[in-house]
Amino acid sequence: MTMKAAPTEIHRAIDSVLRADRGRLLASLSASLQDFALAEDCLQEAITIALQKWGSTGVPEVPQAWLLSVARRRAIDNLRRSKVFTQKSRQLAMLQEEASDEQDRKHDIPDYRLRLIFTCCHPALNTSAQIALTLHTLGGLSTAEIARAFLVPTSTMAQRITRAKGKIKQAGIPFEIPDEPDRSARNQTVLKVIYFIYNEGYSVTQGQSQLRIDLCEEALFLARMMVDLSLDKAESMGLLALILFSHSRHRARLANGGGFTPLHLQDHTLWDVDMIAEGHALLEQALPLGQLGVYQLQGAIHGLHCAAPSAEQTDWSQIAALYTILMRMEPSKIVALNQAVAISFSGQTEAALNILKSIEGDLQEYQPFYAAKADILTRLGYSKRADKAYDVAIGLSKIDAERHFLLAQKKRLRNSRH
Amino acid sequence: MKYLALIYSAAGTGPEYGTEEFGPFMAAYQTATKTFHDDGVWLAGDALQPVETATSVRIRDGKTELVDGPFAETKEQLGGFYMFECANLDEAIKYAKMIPTSKHGTIEVRPVMTFE
Repeated sequence: MTMKAAPTEIHRAIDSVLRADRGRLLASLSASLQDFALAEDCLQEAITIALQKWGSTGVPEVPQAWLLSVARRRAIDNLRRSKVFTQKSRQLAMLQEEASDEQDRKHDIPDYRLRLIFTCCHPALNTSAQIALTLHTLGGLSTAEIARAFLVPTSTMAQRITRAKGKIKQAGIPFEIPDEPDRSARNQTVLKVIYFIYNEGYSVTQGQSQLRIDLCEEALFLARMMVDLSLDKAESMGLLALILFSHSRHRARLANGGGFTPLHLQDHTLWDVDMIAEGHALLEQALPLGQLGVYQLQGAIHGLHCAAPSAEQTDWSQIAALYTILMRMEPSKIVALNQAVAISFSGQTEAALNILKSIEGDLQEYQPFYAAKADILTRLGYSKRADKAYDVAIGLSKIDAERHFLLAQKKRLRNSRH
Repeated sequence: MKYLALIYSAAGTGPEYGTEEFGPFMAAYQTATKTFHDDGVWLAGDALQPVETATSVRIRDGKTELVDGPFAETKEQLGGFYMFECANLDEAIKYAKMIPTSKHGTIEVRPVMTFE
């Protein structure tokens, strides 16, 4: 122990411990308690005690270990007081054994975060609950920050988290890594939650870019964690590659004064070459594993975009081929739309229009559909129809920068006709 | 933990009595029930008479009111149940998936409340 610590120093120490190791601490406690909500309560109590004690004792050498051991003791007290004491004897024994091991050091804390993320992303929870819980327990954002990032009041987000924790406890959602054959499907659910978090951060609307970047960083952190810990490596690596490629372009995407710059107009020198290199390296490791999945495919598609020296030199036929495989694996109207765009750039514009025709009915409210349609029609020389599609896209656009871009495109089309 | 698996299906969606599919469907129920017993998770389970036989009871202002019919008139109706003793929700879901009606209806899995 060191000397006395000032309140600001204590807060800073606790903040940095929680930011780096909250998930690890919570996961470790949950593993011994088999009770996620109780684990949270005990960690919270330990933090409160730290705030009182560290003022006179100073910040301990390994604050993580200190918090864990105090939280464990709180848990033991809690279980002893519980009426169902006998039922909890197994957890109690495990806790006491761990508590007696005073050699706890940060790197000795066993990493149970994979179990924790499987619990948070259990399919018995709805998607918004999965996302909120994952960010809350494994990420470094506070409830208020998560609420702001998802544009809901803090009380709403707090309620969502409390409700999800309640369901985990009452419904008996296990703190376990599922066995095969469920495991790879459950892994995919976890990846989907992480991807959703990334996408939420990526869909920048003006004035919120900073907080949204935080979400992207959280998704990167979680995807990296899955690559480190997951048993289903190929798709986890695919997702991390996908996020890296996509995120490598975020500065170029926002270069226009926080506005939105589409891929083919981006300044490639603003792309993050380290992220791109890491993405390629991940795919080179993942693809030979022979467990092709939707994230590796999407990662490969983004990788091809990032590998192109300029927008004109993009390998569109390869991208179109990958979209065709993706359509077979996970067909959706959005994938079909992207497939159509890729096919149009690879020279088969009529085939692209046919795909658009087949999905138009389902994408009436989807702005990117009309933006893509307008662009393809422009390239085919159907100016009048392109002009109409631009109007629909502009009407549907909710983002200023995007609308400005579409208006400029429309103007260019008009000028070229005269 | 105890879990109640409530078996819901809409009339006319499953194999009907007298058709070729009905025999195998009932046999599947027997197989499932045997598995529940063999695995030691079975606590209770039965099929219910159709909703036309239901009577809903409630007391309002001290007076008993009886209604001929189920509590809620929905397309999917409660047709039976199992009560399982399982370690956790994943295990309960594993057994719920074995209930033959899950292929055309819906099994609602609800943990039984324990008062601590």
